[in-house]
Amino acid sequence: MIPELGHYALMLALGLALIQGTMPIVGTRTNDAVLMSMAAPTALAQFAFVAMAFTALAICYVISDFSVLNVFENSNSQMPLIYRLTSIWGNHEGSMMLWVSILTFFGALVAVFGNNLPPVLKANALAVQAWIAAAFHLFILTTSNPFVRIPHAPFEGQDLNPILQDPGLAFHPPLLYLGYVGFSIAFSFAIAALLEGRIDAAWARWVRPWVLAAWMCLTVGIAGGSYWAYYTLGWGGFWFWDPVENASLMPWLAGTALLHSAVVMEKRGALKIWTILLAILTFSLSLIGTFLVRSGVLTSVHTFATDPMRGVFILAILIVFIGGALALYGWRAPLLKQGGLFAPISREGALVFNNLFLTTACASVFIGTLYPLALEALTGEKISVGPPFFNATFGPLFIPLMIVMPFGPLMGWKRGDLLGAAQRLLAAAVLAAIAMTAALALEQGGPVLAPFGAGIAVFVMAGAVTDLAERTLFLRLPFRAALRRAIGLPRSAWGTAFAHFGLGVTLLGIVAATAWGSERIAEMKVGDNVDIAHYRITFTGLFSRQGPNYHETVGRFVVRRMNGEVIGVMEPSRRSFPTRNMTTTEAALMTRRVSQLYISLGDPMPNGNVAVRAYFKPHVLLIWAGAAIMFAGGALSLSDRRLRVGAPQPAKTKAALRPAA
Amino acid sequence: MKRVFLLLLVLAFSTAASSWAAVQPDEMLKDPVLEARARTLSQQLRCMVCQNESIDDSDAPLAHDLRVLVRERIEAGDSDTQVLDFLVARYGEFVLLKPRLSWRTVLLWGLPPGLLLTGMALLVIAARRRRGQGQEGAPDLTVAEQARLKKILAESGSWSADPTFRLD
Repeated sequence: MIPELGHYALMLALGLALIQGTMPIVGTRTNDAVLMSMAAPTALAQFAFVAMAFTALAICYVISDFSVLNVFENSNSQMPLIYRLTSIWGNHEGSMMLWVSILTFFGALVAVFGNNLPPVLKANALAVQAWIAAAFHLFILTTSNPFVRIPHAPFEGQDLNPILQDPGLAFHPPLLYLGYVGFSIAFSFAIAALLEGRIDAAWARWVRPWVLAAWMCLTVGIAGGSYWAYYTLGWGGFWFWDPVENASLMPWLAGTALLHSAVVMEKRGALKIWTILLAILTFSLSLIGTFLVRSGVLTSVHTFATDPMRGVFILAILIVFIGGALALYGWRAPLLKQGGLFAPISREGALVFNNLFLTTACASVFIGTLYPLALEALTGEKISVGPPFFNATFGPLFIPLMIVMPFGPLMGWKRGDLLGAAQRLLAAAVLAAIAMTAALALEQGGPVLAPFGAGIAVFVMAGAVTDLAERTLFLRLPFRAALRRAIGLPRSAWGTAFAHFGLGVTLLGIVAATAWGSERIAEMKVGDNVDIAHYRITFTGLFSRQGPNYHETVGRFVVRRMNGEVIGVMEPSRRSFPTRNMTTTEAALMTRRVSQLYISLGDPMPNGNVAVRAYFKPHVLLIWAGAAIMFAGGALSLSDRRLRVGAPQPAKTKAALRPAA
Repeated sequence: MKRVFLLLLVLAFSTAASSWAAVQPDEMLKDPVLEARARTLSQQLRCMVCQNESIDDSDAPLAHDLRVLVRERIEAGDSDTQVLDFLVARYGEFVLLKPRLSWRTVLLWGLPPGLLLTGMALLVIAARRRRGQGQEGAPDLTVAEQARLKKILAESGSWSADPTFRLD
């Protein structure tokens, strides 16, 4: 009964989406306020029905109703409750349910919090949001129905893939989808603006919080996935330039560009048409990511889908929405009013630089990801595009961006003072030079460019601090006065500084962990030692342990400092899952400040020895700490009420320049 | 990240192989310099039965064979390029994770810098065009906006008639 209710609720949601997608638009055309006002309640109702469908599926998983095919294929009554719940999106059908749930959730949020929006913009935006929802409801109902029953229900399910039985699955996909799908709001607003043929700076003010929220979720979603891969895969890698990873990186890059161009649009009324295009492109990249992952085009397992029907359906969604949006853009954008004058050397100029490099970096990831597919489709020839390509193209595009980043916030709007900014960044540059020299002196080996990378990372961090010091007049005013200024500083200024600082932290972690890490691969027997970095690891034996739905062989390693002092025990293991007859490797991690020791276990050898991989990853935690700082920056900025409501900046002139909302 | 799913492939197609990563202790060369070269080369070579994994990361049997082969060539005295050439001759360009520049990959390598240069050129053209139009300001400002602008300019004072450009 419950799955049927869920199925029915999803059909009703489709019906509501169709109403929400048409009536409000008719209303905006005929100037009918009643039709326009239908959008918000329909969006809420649609979300309620999708939530009902999702809850129905969740109940099936919790009570292990194996008469439902989806539950049977992906769950098992022996699994802990958390994994029974996360199994919901550990498969194709369920993850599409999560997708539409989040999509309609955002629609409902706009309906609830959009009271300050002009009615026409709100009606159009919610209608566009409904088109997207309708397309995906239809996709689920026709090709990926999670509520299909099995005539004779089996007693036990097939279990969730053991690799996915990890707390990572609880956070990573929902956060990633919140990011992906969150950009749909910017898309809907962009299309709404094009439909209306009218756009002003206020548009950016309404869209920016949504973009920011999506960006924050995507940032920690990507970082979380990277940490998951790091501890799961057994060789301590954290980024692989895999097509599926690239699919999430592309919207992040475009979204970051959008976030910055929207600032220019909001504060100065410039870059309007470009911002609209970026809003369309960012969500288009999210859709392309969904297509790459869900259609089977990567010819692999990323895609649980083997059914070509799904691929064709998503491709159709892709063509209709991206093609339609770009056609509408080509038609309507020239009609939009332009605005905003600025000199090349200015905050706007710096943000244009940011956009140029971010979009080019995004394009190079796009080309690298899709080129092999296109080449094979057109000529039948197969080439591989892997990490060395991306490092060679993405790196050179990101370095100038990082060098220029600290200058941006120090420059004035309209016309900046490059020399002045450079002078104020002198301390940051000196710090960076010291870091570079120190890295060069302390770390033998590693790539030649690594100290340079560390220097840039320190420059970015120190630059963010400089920005705050300049705004609060720290060191120039008495401490209390500076503190008062710091409290009075707009939260969005704090947000910028935090986010920029976080990116520097992440870069430092990446440079240190890749360039100066050490690795030991050894066959060990009980009592053997391996020395790595400044630690000595002793293998003391293997033992067995029973988990809820697996059996594991655990290796015990005692970790000592070189002077013999014991600092802990590490227990990497190998788990075997009888249901699927699969084995997973569970690495052991020991955190030393922000560095980590990492041990993973190979197969036990016939002679009783074990193959062991031990790594020392210096400063590796900075990679994810940086992402957390970026998230905090976003949250600070989001909490800036002035930004959301759009109250003017303190400066009178700027307020006067702003077009009427 | 979702690369986790990669492992599914490895596991699905090579149940015999362990899910443990790559280079085994018994494969490694005695000479650390040669071994380091082998590792660097391995990272540029694709395990052809895997999804976008290098032979250094993969635990498929084929990756093992290729790792051993790379080390054999290195011990035989091949240079890095010779090793790569040898593998390309045997397995085709597909084995290289960093495709070589050829007519097939011209767009792949050319588009990223090309796009950057095009973007820069467009910005410069936009700036020039603005400058060329001189100080007439934006022709599409309405009378009301011009009046407001005038007021603002009078207030701020510091804003002089600089070459400005506009982007949209």
